[in-house]
Amino acid sequence: MAEFSAEDALRSPWNPAYKDRAIRLFLVLAGLFVAVAVVGWLALSLLGFGREPLVLLLVVIGPLLTGAGMFGTAMVIRHHAVVGGLLKRLALPIFLGGVVGLVVAIWVIALLYQYVDGIEAAQSESARQVFTWFGGPLTVGEIQGYLTGGPATRGGWWGVPAVLLWPLQFQLVRDIIGVVGVVGFVSLVAMVAIWGERKVSADMQSRLGPMRVGGWHGWAQSMADGLKLIQKEDIIMDGADKPLFRLAPYLAFVPALAAFITLPFGTYWIFRNLDVGLIFILAMLGIEVVGVILAGWASNNKWSVYGGMREACQMVSYEIPMGLALLVPVMIAGTLRLTDIGELQSGGFHTWLVFSNPFVFAAAVVYYISSLANCKRAPFDLPEAESELVAGFLTEYSGFRWCLFFFAEYAAMFVVSGLATILFLGAWHSPLPFSWAQAWWGADWSQWTLWQKALGGILFSGPLWFVAKAGFLVWVQMWLRWTLPRIRLDQVMYACVQVLLPVTMVLLLGASFWGLLVKPGTLVAQITNAVLTLIGAFFVAGFFAIAAYGYRHRRRLVGNMSIEALPGA
Amino acid sequence: MSDCGFRMEDSRQGPVPVFRLTLGAMLCAAVLVLAAPGLALAQADGGATATETAANPPAQAASVWEAVLFYIVGGTVALTALGCVLSTNIVRMATCLFGTLGAVAILYFLMAANFLGAIQLIVYVGGTLIVIIFGVMLTSKSPWVKFNPRPVELLAGGAVCGLLFAGLAVAMWGADWGRLTPNPDGFEVAHIGWSLLTTYLVPFELASVLLLAVMIGAAYLARPERGE
Amino acid sequence: MLTIGLTHYLILAAFMFCCGLYVMTIKRNAVGILIGVELILNAASLNLVAFSRYKTGLLDGQIVALFVIVLAAAEAAIAIAIFVNYYNNLATIDVDRGDSLNG
Repeated sequence: MAEFSAEDALRSPWNPAYKDRAIRLFLVLAGLFVAVAVVGWLALSLLGFGREPLVLLLVVIGPLLTGAGMFGTAMVIRHHAVVGGLLKRLALPIFLGGVVGLVVAIWVIALLYQYVDGIEAAQSESARQVFTWFGGPLTVGEIQGYLTGGPATRGGWWGVPAVLLWPLQFQLVRDIIGVVGVVGFVSLVAMVAIWGERKVSADMQSRLGPMRVGGWHGWAQSMADGLKLIQKEDIIMDGADKPLFRLAPYLAFVPALAAFITLPFGTYWIFRNLDVGLIFILAMLGIEVVGVILAGWASNNKWSVYGGMREACQMVSYEIPMGLALLVPVMIAGTLRLTDIGELQSGGFHTWLVFSNPFVFAAAVVYYISSLANCKRAPFDLPEAESELVAGFLTEYSGFRWCLFFFAEYAAMFVVSGLATILFLGAWHSPLPFSWAQAWWGADWSQWTLWQKALGGILFSGPLWFVAKAGFLVWVQMWLRWTLPRIRLDQVMYACVQVLLPVTMVLLLGASFWGLLVKPGTLVAQITNAVLTLIGAFFVAGFFAIAAYGYRHRRRLVGNMSIEALPGA
Repeated sequence: MSDCGFRMEDSRQGPVPVFRLTLGAMLCAAVLVLAAPGLALAQADGGATATETAANPPAQAASVWEAVLFYIVGGTVALTALGCVLSTNIVRMATCLFGTLGAVAILYFLMAANFLGAIQLIVYVGGTLIVIIFGVMLTSKSPWVKFNPRPVELLAGGAVCGLLFAGLAVAMWGADWGRLTPNPDGFEVAHIGWSLLTTYLVPFELASVLLLAVMIGAAYLARPERGE
Repeated sequence: MLTIGLTHYLILAAFMFCCGLYVMTIKRNAVGILIGVELILNAASLNLVAFSRYKTGLLDGQIVALFVIVLAAAEAAIAIAIFVNYYNNLATIDVDRGDSLNG
């Protein structure tokens, strides 16, 4: 067997001796791009295209910016110590600014979409019939004319915003922006969830968790872990089925992302409003099983195979009570379209579907337990049991592929929590009824001013409420993981087939009879609603009371040891 | 020291797999993006959101999109079916079957049969395929066992199936299908449920009885031996 | 070629059918034969839905395809149970070895 010697370490691309080569390379590339930009501008001016914004963008501004970027990279590599110190101090403000900037950017883009739709709606009938070479009804000139308030011309400085707004009329461009947004959001959720999991587990175990990386409570731990995983060695074992081994992380990750196609964050904040949205998400969660089985099988390792088969068994079995429990609120809503189900719950705390029916109340609990098992979270995490199966089906995966599996797991956690929020907990609405907002500001929300819409989004209904509620449910999943012990596989199957499945059947039957016999608006329905709402309010209030009590007495309960100052605490 | 199977030349350092994985992720995103307009275009109008009502592309662009998507997804179906035929390893066959089933589900979405596409994904991919893979794992001695048929069988089978496909393709290409009444909008889920409980009630009940028989039969067949 | 019609789907389904038939004929692994059966069933469902979408405009094709999916799942479950029994009794999954009833 060949030994891994010192020369092999020196041949690594991360060797400091290669730094100078990298700096030279980037400087040369920067020079090349700037040269292309300069030559391009000269040629364009000579040929008479000097004023066309689109051509200028492609030939001059693009290479210029790329060259500047390459130069900046070279400078960062040369002065990496200084840059590192700066980043450490400014890291938290940059990150928070980035998150806030993301939210603002999403809002600005939505406003721009409405603006472009407004321009299109303001087109005259004759102008609407003219199609450009790309098939869109709006030309750059028309947009420019709308912006300047004059005739439809092209060229000049007003051409720049017109050119930037022109692609936004195409569905494909909006889709690409949406995909980028969803992928960014999922990555952000996964990063925050991984850091949060470590902090939550630490809090529950009377220790501190990550405290150093980035300063405040180790908030940059996920990013540091990601950077470490990216540059790890790519190991595939000798007898493993290489194509399948490489394919399996995709098969687990892509469905978790694809479930966001029909997951609404608000009434209009949805990628594609399919009329079978709920079933589509269930289908995506079911496809993940294939990735897990293939991962276990392709590793050529019997512990992985055992883990993979147990995993598939558990995930597939728990899909049944999960799907059936989701049908109970669907029976009340009468539709599978998730935005319609969300809109039903806009009337305040008591209209949330979980409080309409004792069967839906129980179905929420059943669904949550089944989703825990479907996401392989404790107490059902036997496939990943660290102390029993090494790492189950993940044993042979290292580096970025392992990272993909974990992203898939946290994305799936968010998706099932999101489904629970939409179907049971009032979707994107706050406990305040939307009719109050309409009473204050007018019945048609599209006529409100910008500030009223922003305030309405924070107070009454908006994507932030959806993310907050789903995030709370993800936190409860972590809470359960670090509190409850793991149960055996036969106990897992017993719980599914002999407990949850009959309970779900009874709930379905009961909900059907309730829907037939008790009409909404009658006395029985209202009394049940009131009683369940009071129980729900009691639980919420009790949760906050216990949390406040725990916070006030935290020194006595936790002990001084954990709260002493540590570096960065 | 004994060979643990790890060779120096098999190891690679640095971010090479990251680039491939990022490229793969971008390809998946591109597929998603390409599929999304197809999904949108095949919807009834209830699928459009309020901000999209003024931006629907004209009909020619819609059919071009549909054609592009059909060729890409249909090509995937054909390629993965061919992969099932040509692969000798049973697990690779099952993976190619997964590709075929998923691509057929996307074709169902393209034909505005949304409910059917979702059910295909849940039942076929998330159920039948899992059962098949379990069967593969329970009945294979090692991952690399191959059963090679004799060349004469390969030739004969290939000739028959090739001729059949050629005949079918020629017959269908020139066929006159009579009066066509296409329906690009699809049906609502409520419509499907209603017809399952009225027009197709008897097959529905028979299917449930059949499933009961299947459950009992499978449980009996797969019972553990009673130590005889 | 740019407008997708009935013929495109039918030819695609015919190709899938012939692939499934070939797999059923050639493979000696019993699970491989089952995979061929699934290909054939999928081809038939694709045909049904294509006719429903492009020719009749009615719901029947989709409902029958739904039943095909359900029945295929049931049949695959029973088939795998049978194959597991076969493997337990003959120590191989090769269907050519199941010839003890040959003359």
